[in-house]
Amino acid sequence: MAKITYIEHTNKKHIVEVPNNMSVMEGAIQNNIPGIDADCGGSMACATCHVYIDKKWFDKLKKKGEGEEDMLDMAYQPNKFSRLSCQLIISNELDGLILRMPSKQG
Amino acid sequence: MISTDVLIVGAGPAALFAVQQLGLLGLKAEVVDNLDKVGGQCSELYPDKPIYDIPAIPECTGETLIKNLIKQIEPFNTNFHLNERVDQLVKEGNKWKITTNRKKVFIAPCVIIAGGVGSFEPRKFPLKEAEKFEDNGVFYSIRDKKYFDNKKICIFGGGDSALDWSIELSKNSKVVLVHRRSEFRGTSKNVETVNKLKKDGIIQIETPYQLNSIEGDNKIKAITIKDDEGNIKKIDTDYILGFFGLVIKLGPIAEWGLNLDKKHINVSAENFQTNKEGVFAIGDICTYPGKIKLILSSFHEGAIAARGCFELARPNEKYRHEFTTTSKTIHERLGKKRS
Repeated sequence: MAKITYIEHTNKKHIVEVPNNMSVMEGAIQNNIPGIDADCGGSMACATCHVYIDKKWFDKLKKKGEGEEDMLDMAYQPNKFSRLSCQLIISNELDGLILRMPSKQG
Repeated sequence: MISTDVLIVGAGPAALFAVQQLGLLGLKAEVVDNLDKVGGQCSELYPDKPIYDIPAIPECTGETLIKNLIKQIEPFNTNFHLNERVDQLVKEGNKWKITTNRKKVFIAPCVIIAGGVGSFEPRKFPLKEAEKFEDNGVFYSIRDKKYFDNKKICIFGGGDSALDWSIELSKNSKVVLVHRRSEFRGTSKNVETVNKLKKDGIIQIETPYQLNSIEGDNKIKAITIKDDEGNIKKIDTDYILGFFGLVIKLGPIAEWGLNLDKKHINVSAENFQTNKEGVFAIGDICTYPGKIKLILSSFHEGAIAARGCFELARPNEKYRHEFTTTSKTIHERLGKKRS
């Protein structure tokens, strides 16, 4: 279980507890948090679950796997803190993770 | 105007199997898809990725699955209307009139929407100014490459479309290739060619930069690009081309008066009909209690929707449940001799 803070582009915060082994994307979808579309349902095929990870957290995350950086090329306004939230799997180590959603996904 | 039994919106796996199920029942279908090829997400998003949960097929790629689905519907000689998007759906008498963006008109008692997650459209620059200059300096595809001869062109993107066009257009124009990171994800051959062209001073490459602003009144004069550290560069240019892949939009489907739940169409799980009689929805685009987004589920949904279509398209005939192993009628429809 990890407490995740999702911040909308309007600065509206959503703090929810997400069970281990779910993805950060699923945590948003299941809690009806707007700002993550996840059109492809987590198959890393669409880049509409793109988020910006808080600076303090970015290096603590597992490195991007094959294909994630390629898919981020397709994301809306990516920067160096960009990740696809479907690829971030919840574990106790992620407790306290803070991330921001872009103003739109497509 | 084309008259048919069922008009299918979309040409992904759900649509293809629905064609088969309709065909077995003796119903003719026409298929319209916005993409330039059959296969939907399987062909567009993951042609090479293996799928492990198609019944009785332990492992196959998206491409193979589509190839086999196409083979399975060969006996029905289905017409595919590709590169066309269904724009309008209007009731006329007891039939539906369907109009595409190319003004092709279909008349059918039934429509099956198998639109996946919507239609694929080019992903655009996030800048407001880019919208203003769209088709007048800002482009997301190339129809006639001569248009770009002897011009200054900035190409954005890191995939093969961006690399292919950088290589091609640099023959007759000054090309600047801009990408958000220093690695390109195109084929190694394309990456090598682009790097060689850079070394020879033919192409200018700017990484890691993204578009920051566009300058010009009626036509583009220059752009600025910015990196993650906020460093800004100005480049004089006539045209900007963006190749960022495709984005999925629900598109005109949202305007057909169907009951929607976010980006999905509500259907009854009994027959996969929407709130409009004769309009069915199957596959990823439909939702109902217990919905699972699997290719498997879309096959089931298509089989049942086909029976719903039969009742509406053949009101005077009685539906009979038949098996492909034994039915003589089905064997005739499939062009098989044995019965």
